[in-house]
Amino acid sequence: MANADCIVLQGGNMAEAHPVGFQWVAEARARGAKVIHVDPRFTRTSANADKHIAIRAGSDVVLLGALINYVIANELWFHDFVVPYTNAATLVSEDFRDTEDLEGLFSGFDPETGTYDKTTWSYAGQGGDRVGSPGQQRAGDGDAGDNGGAEQHGSGGPPLEHSEVQRDETLQHPRTVFQILKRHYARYTPEMVQELCGIGAEDFEYLARAITENSGRERTTCWGYATGWTQHTFGAQFIRTAAILQLLLGNVGRPGSGIMALRGHASIQGSTDIPTLFNLLPGYLPMPSVGLHDTLPEYLDAIASKEQKGFWADADAYFVSLMKAYYGDAATADNNWGYDYLPRLSGPHGTYQTVMGMLADEVEGYFVLGQNPAVGSANGRMQRLGMSHLKWMVVRDLSLIESATWWKDSPEIASGELRTEDIETEVFFMPAATHVEKAGTFTQTQRLLQWRHRAVMPPGECQSDLDFFYQLGQKIRDIVKDSGDPRDEPLLAMTWDYPLDEHGDPDPEAVLREINGYELTTDESGAQRPGRVLSGFGELKADGSTSCGCWIYSGVYGGDENKSARRVPHGGPGVTQSQWGWAWPADRRILYNRASADPDGKPWSERKKYIWWDSEQGRWVGDDVPDFPVDRAPHSRPDPALGGPAALAGDDPFIMQADGKGWLFAPTGLVDGPLPTHYEPQESPVHNALYAQQQSPSRMLYPRKDNLDAPSFGEPGVEVYPYVFTTYRLTEHHTAGGMSRWLPYLSELQPEMFCEVSPQLAAERGLSNDGWATIISPRAVIEAKVLVTDRMTPLRIGGRTVHQVGLPYHWGVGDHAIVTGDAANDLLGVSLDPNTQIQESKVATCDVIAGRRPRGAAADVLREQYNARAGVTLETGNQRVSDPALELTQGHLATDPPEATQDERDKEGWTRW
Amino acid sequence: MVTQRPEGPPKAKRRRLLDGFFAHQLSGPTDPTADAHWPDPKPRKGFFTDTSICIGCKACEVACKEWNRNPRDGDLELTGHSYDNTVALGASTWRHVAFIEQGKERIEEARESGRKLVALGMPKVGPPSVSPGYGPPPSAELEPGVDTAPPVTPEFRWLMASDVCKHCTHAGCLDVCPTGALMRTEFGTVVVQDDVCNGCGTCVAGCPFGVVERRSDGTAAPTYREGQKKGEQPPVPKRGIAQKCTLCYDRLVDDETPACAKTCPTTSIKFGDHDDLVDDARERVAQLHAQGMTEARLYGANELDGVGGTGAVFLLLDEPEVYGLPPDPRVPTADLPAMFDRASIAALGMIAGVTLAFLGARR
Repeated sequence: MANADCIVLQGGNMAEAHPVGFQWVAEARARGAKVIHVDPRFTRTSANADKHIAIRAGSDVVLLGALINYVIANELWFHDFVVPYTNAATLVSEDFRDTEDLEGLFSGFDPETGTYDKTTWSYAGQGGDRVGSPGQQRAGDGDAGDNGGAEQHGSGGPPLEHSEVQRDETLQHPRTVFQILKRHYARYTPEMVQELCGIGAEDFEYLARAITENSGRERTTCWGYATGWTQHTFGAQFIRTAAILQLLLGNVGRPGSGIMALRGHASIQGSTDIPTLFNLLPGYLPMPSVGLHDTLPEYLDAIASKEQKGFWADADAYFVSLMKAYYGDAATADNNWGYDYLPRLSGPHGTYQTVMGMLADEVEGYFVLGQNPAVGSANGRMQRLGMSHLKWMVVRDLSLIESATWWKDSPEIASGELRTEDIETEVFFMPAATHVEKAGTFTQTQRLLQWRHRAVMPPGECQSDLDFFYQLGQKIRDIVKDSGDPRDEPLLAMTWDYPLDEHGDPDPEAVLREINGYELTTDESGAQRPGRVLSGFGELKADGSTSCGCWIYSGVYGGDENKSARRVPHGGPGVTQSQWGWAWPADRRILYNRASADPDGKPWSERKKYIWWDSEQGRWVGDDVPDFPVDRAPHSRPDPALGGPAALAGDDPFIMQADGKGWLFAPTGLVDGPLPTHYEPQESPVHNALYAQQQSPSRMLYPRKDNLDAPSFGEPGVEVYPYVFTTYRLTEHHTAGGMSRWLPYLSELQPEMFCEVSPQLAAERGLSNDGWATIISPRAVIEAKVLVTDRMTPLRIGGRTVHQVGLPYHWGVGDHAIVTGDAANDLLGVSLDPNTQIQESKVATCDVIAGRRPRGAAADVLREQYNARAGVTLETGNQRVSDPALELTQGHLATDPPEATQDERDKEGWTRW
Repeated sequence: MVTQRPEGPPKAKRRRLLDGFFAHQLSGPTDPTADAHWPDPKPRKGFFTDTSICIGCKACEVACKEWNRNPRDGDLELTGHSYDNTVALGASTWRHVAFIEQGKERIEEARESGRKLVALGMPKVGPPSVSPGYGPPPSAELEPGVDTAPPVTPEFRWLMASDVCKHCTHAGCLDVCPTGALMRTEFGTVVVQDDVCNGCGTCVAGCPFGVVERRSDGTAAPTYREGQKKGEQPPVPKRGIAQKCTLCYDRLVDDETPACAKTCPTTSIKFGDHDDLVDDARERVAQLHAQGMTEARLYGANELDGVGGTGAVFLLLDEPEVYGLPPDPRVPTADLPAMFDRASIAALGMIAGVTLAFLGARR
């Protein structure tokens, strides 16, 4: 980021939530880069940017789509980058129909299931066929879908049957991706940006000029986002829109370019690489699914095709090596490398589905580690009530967080909905070691693994996660060792033999070595022993002769050296700071860096020189590890039918994509559309002016009494919840507060829950600075102190004023923390992005009234009164396909909402508390 | 890390200072370390707090409390003053980040007042003449093509500034301390010796910045509550005695950077030799002026001011009052000569009067 000429921070609050990473933005700015912050609120990031542009929460695709339209319409796209390096020239199947043709739906939608049959989105094959996804032919299957597999694309693109596609490099054919893209965004205009985002033409022009003037051969623009983009019912598409824009501008694979995912915790990147997610195995290999992947060949066929281009074609080697790491000698060719030891997914088992499973008494036990769902998860009441249905739960944390004490001090205890003596859940609290009390790696946002040494021993009974799970594994294996039950076989087949250090703890470096992988040598007795440590994933074999715990991390222990522990000041002399830590894959600091050179292999410019082709040496050379077959000449054109890395042409920089190209159009891989399309959030008082379709048709819905939704535009009762709210973090606290509300030095800096409102909204609702406000959603009633500030801006949207309310989500109700308060996440409902299973927590609707909330059960009464007044039912907000007739009958809501809501406050029963 | 100057303060300067040794003991420019007769004085240390790149993360407040083991402050209640919930420097808060929200009108006023300062001898508006030695490596030079036109005045801004003890050249607290608990260190900083302080509180009134405070002994004005809130803190140490920033004296003697500067993620707080920092600060102001930000000005860098300049200097983007800083701080001793003069005249007058009275009585 420090090398960027322009940085757009959008969908994130980098200075507040990522203050240490923000030093690179500060450095870029000191060198003269322009920094623009697009956010509903003026935050500490805006204060350190050249410009803040206020946007309505959830409308980012309109803004980014309009920028795409601007770039195409004004011929500002980077022709020499786009034509060879992206799929702009690729032809799409003639059966494809765009949202322009179908009022906001793509072809293949099934309104019954809310899913798409993606076959019509396919590329047109050279034989006139469609290039489908391998291994599956059924609608809604496979690459993502019901089992939520889309995150498997964290390291490589989704698979294709083959890469022999039709291309028209003049981009004139109406079925080229480029022409489809142009048509798709033609109506995303500055006027539409004003209408849906609340951003004026002048600000739009400023942003459009800033990014286009700072892109091209000489300059690069970079985007940074966080959960302001991901936590939406179509969050993955927010990021896709930015990806399209950056590919069009040539801002991928070059210094100071790209789209930076600002991860929210110290090793949250690590927790997807070696996942804590239900649908992934290490290195983004998918978890097998029942029915789809019953046998190993079915599974391997589905994750990658040998006929597609690039390194993902070798996924079998990565998988078999993982099985060898898991099961050692017990993984053999005869038992399909232990494939049947792995459990199978039978559906989406994300955190919210699991909580609903608890409420249905389908889940007996729960491990809560490094999170505080009673405060930090959407619809907190559902979370806490779910826990009350468990038989047992284990909380491992630094303090007695609310998730460990809900049975005695939650809002449900106060309201009488739960009674401590009736709760049968047995709660075990296990004290955890902090990050300075254990050694291991953190993987940060740049994919950099950094080793931490243990500074002090954990006090008392506190344990590291590694020690805890190692011991737990030992105990469980001991219990089941003679059971003879086939269910216990995988447990006993596991390799579970880590050397212990002088304190009796497993050696974390041994774990890193296992993750890195080694050759397996067979001794006289036939048993396999770890041999030479592997230098990278290129050495992995599918024949069981290598073992590797996570293929993308292979090389971190290359040469038997812990490269994540490298700590040369400033990372050494080079621009890539290559002697600091280790970046996956293969220690590449910038991914897809072949794109930093032109099709002939020459740098785009001296200023942005990074990796180039040295014709004398016949190799790619430069500042970084080339992310390309190192001796593949720029003009090399191997037969695509070869498959795998061998099929990559010299101008196929996207080596993990099945066709070697950057995808403007995603023929597969996403379940809710091949092109990002604007839909309104699940709850929105605003009309989707672009399509008859109000909300994303394939969003995941959970119509339940404990998860009601507010009416959206066009539904009766929309005026009862007139305000948009968004949730966020402050620098002073850590997520749900487990690591900050127990610390006096942090608690004193932000001691109380508050809401941020504009002076106009404060006047409208009679709120005073430092006074109290009550915030009501269909799920909960909470109270907060009020900060009245010009940092919140009312927006003019569709001829009316839209007020936004800001709510930090750090506080929770309980007895143990130094500072406590109502939890913002209690207000949120559960509706999910079908690609990622992420909840929409960055935007919803509410009402705000002055004064404190009613106590105990009276708060529930107030909530029910509101829902009755709004006419909320299970159907509200849960229609998949919006009624096209609505558009004609309702038109735009041209006036402000009825003033009645303001009077309600003075009626009996609605007065201030 | 500490960057050592090759040869202490310039010799010419030292000689001049020595020439005027007595003239500068109460006010005006001087080298406080030399004045304190340290046998082996070190280069004067200080902070340069560049508020134009402060992100308001308050890591300095936390690092300061962690290192110095200062107790939690305040009543754990929201103040309603933007994001500022510690409000001011005090006995237990030695770094304090101020948050100021401003509209367009006030920004224009700040720009105008800064422009006037330029006319009064601050660095000129225009491109910096030398490479601005500012910012992280590798190079802070503005790259060609960078827009240096004056920016359009923004509609709104949010100022953040980390305040700290100024470690004045003429320290009011030190001058009035009757027990000698306050001392000038070999680094030119001002430190309270906890085991000497008797808690008389004279220094509290002596500080022109309102920095020094006695840590409450519970007899008056408690700044914390005990037993009334959850999460009580352990017994408060050093009760009843004056407390303030030590510029991490215990770290300086080990050649370590003070905790706040060490933790600052954007290098808004810079630590080093005072003279170098002042040079850097002047260059940074010139750089901002070149970008049209005429509101930028230095605070504490003028050795002719009422405290002889400060060890901790600041780059501000508005009048000092906006940040809660006195616009013209004066050390109490600065007026001593004038007071002596006036007192002498008054005494002479009295003597004359008495004499006249006696003379008159004789008639």
